[in-house]
Amino acid sequence: MADKLRFELVSPERVLASDDCDMVVMPGEEGDLGILVEHSPLVALLRPGVVEIYQGDKIEKRLFVSGGFAEVNPKGCILLAEEGIPLDGFAKAEAERRLDMAKRDLADVTEEGPVKDRAEHAVKVAEALVAAFA
Amino acid sequence: MPSLKDLRNRINSVKQTRKITSAMKLVASSKLKRAQEQAEQARPFAERMSAMLANLGAAVRDMPEAPPLLAGTGKDEVHLLIVATADKGLCGGFNSSIARGARRRVQALRADGKQVKIICVGRKGRDLLRRDLGDLIEAYVGDVVSKKKLEYADAEKIATMVTDRFEAGTIDSCSIVYNRFKSVISSELTFKPLVPVDLPEATEAAVEDNEAKALYTFEPEEEVILQRLLPTNLAVQIYRALLENAASEQGARMAAMDSATRNAGEMIKKLTLSYNRQRQAAITKELIEIVSGAEAV
Repeated sequence: MADKLRFELVSPERVLASDDCDMVVMPGEEGDLGILVEHSPLVALLRPGVVEIYQGDKIEKRLFVSGGFAEVNPKGCILLAEEGIPLDGFAKAEAERRLDMAKRDLADVTEEGPVKDRAEHAVKVAEALVAAFA
Repeated sequence: MPSLKDLRNRINSVKQTRKITSAMKLVASSKLKRAQEQAEQARPFAERMSAMLANLGAAVRDMPEAPPLLAGTGKDEVHLLIVATADKGLCGGFNSSIARGARRRVQALRADGKQVKIICVGRKGRDLLRRDLGDLIEAYVGDVVSKKKLEYADAEKIATMVTDRFEAGTIDSCSIVYNRFKSVISSELTFKPLVPVDLPEATEAAVEDNEAKALYTFEPEEEVILQRLLPTNLAVQIYRALLENAASEQGARMAAMDSATRNAGEMIKKLTLSYNRQRQAAITKELIEIVSGAEAV
């Protein structure tokens, strides 16, 4: 029995994080999820938000995900994120700029439909990214 | 018979060409390495994704109202073919083999009485298909594959074009044609069905996984997750195809440029030989003229 949780964050472009840790807290669609070692198998949707990786009692790493899927199985916890950004080394100003741009894009969309849905989603992601710094 | 000067010029120009082709070969080989690395890095996501999809899909497949992105629209009339090629030429038969494959495919589909629509990714594909299948080409995505780094966002854009069409009900099924990367010197023309989703057959490992699977908790329900997973999966499949295609393109270019360089070398050898022969003949002729001139005196 392993006493550490195997955690992986994978984006379509590459593997972003691969650690052994004690606990992962991630933003589930229906509320935050804390995953410890030997969590029962789970497949969950993620909303845009921050994933926190704990070593012992301390947060060792914080990563922003723009939403995606999480799979927990006996082998570990795997996050499939569309986009993942390590929060250290990422400036708040950058996040705000992104929010501005997303809002402007949304304002440009006049008709209802999938295009607007996507623009709204982009704003939500950017808002969550800014909130991650609060 | 070309004059000495003509020969000299030709030798020089072939030498220049050889310089260019050998430089292109080096560039292609470094790009190939990068493309391969990128394909390698993209693999884990795609693998996890298809594993997850297989689990979910099996659970939802028998539902009467499976989402169109999973099972198609139920009709089988309009087929969307995504043709992925390169933006640039000079890579041997790479682009033309894809175009040929696409043409054959269109014919086969038409013979089945289906309607075909085409999305071209990459400039060369559009150029090659425009002449005879121009009226089928619905959209063209350019300047994506020749970027330094192929971005997932671009694949996502293509995927949205596909999902939008499905939601509008203008297409019933979809597949992509590209060159699958086998090794540096060989790639394989591949047709990959995207919709309906080709669920991987249950292998032994998968069956084993499935036993554990029964215990999975889904949050929210399977259907909701599937709704989100399917578009992402589509984008990932397209992304993978484009990555493989990019690697094959560079491989093909490398091979083409290698043989071009070798040909140029051979040509230079032949030209130099005939140049030297002619020079010798001219010298001999001059000598004979001098000698016979001296004798005449």
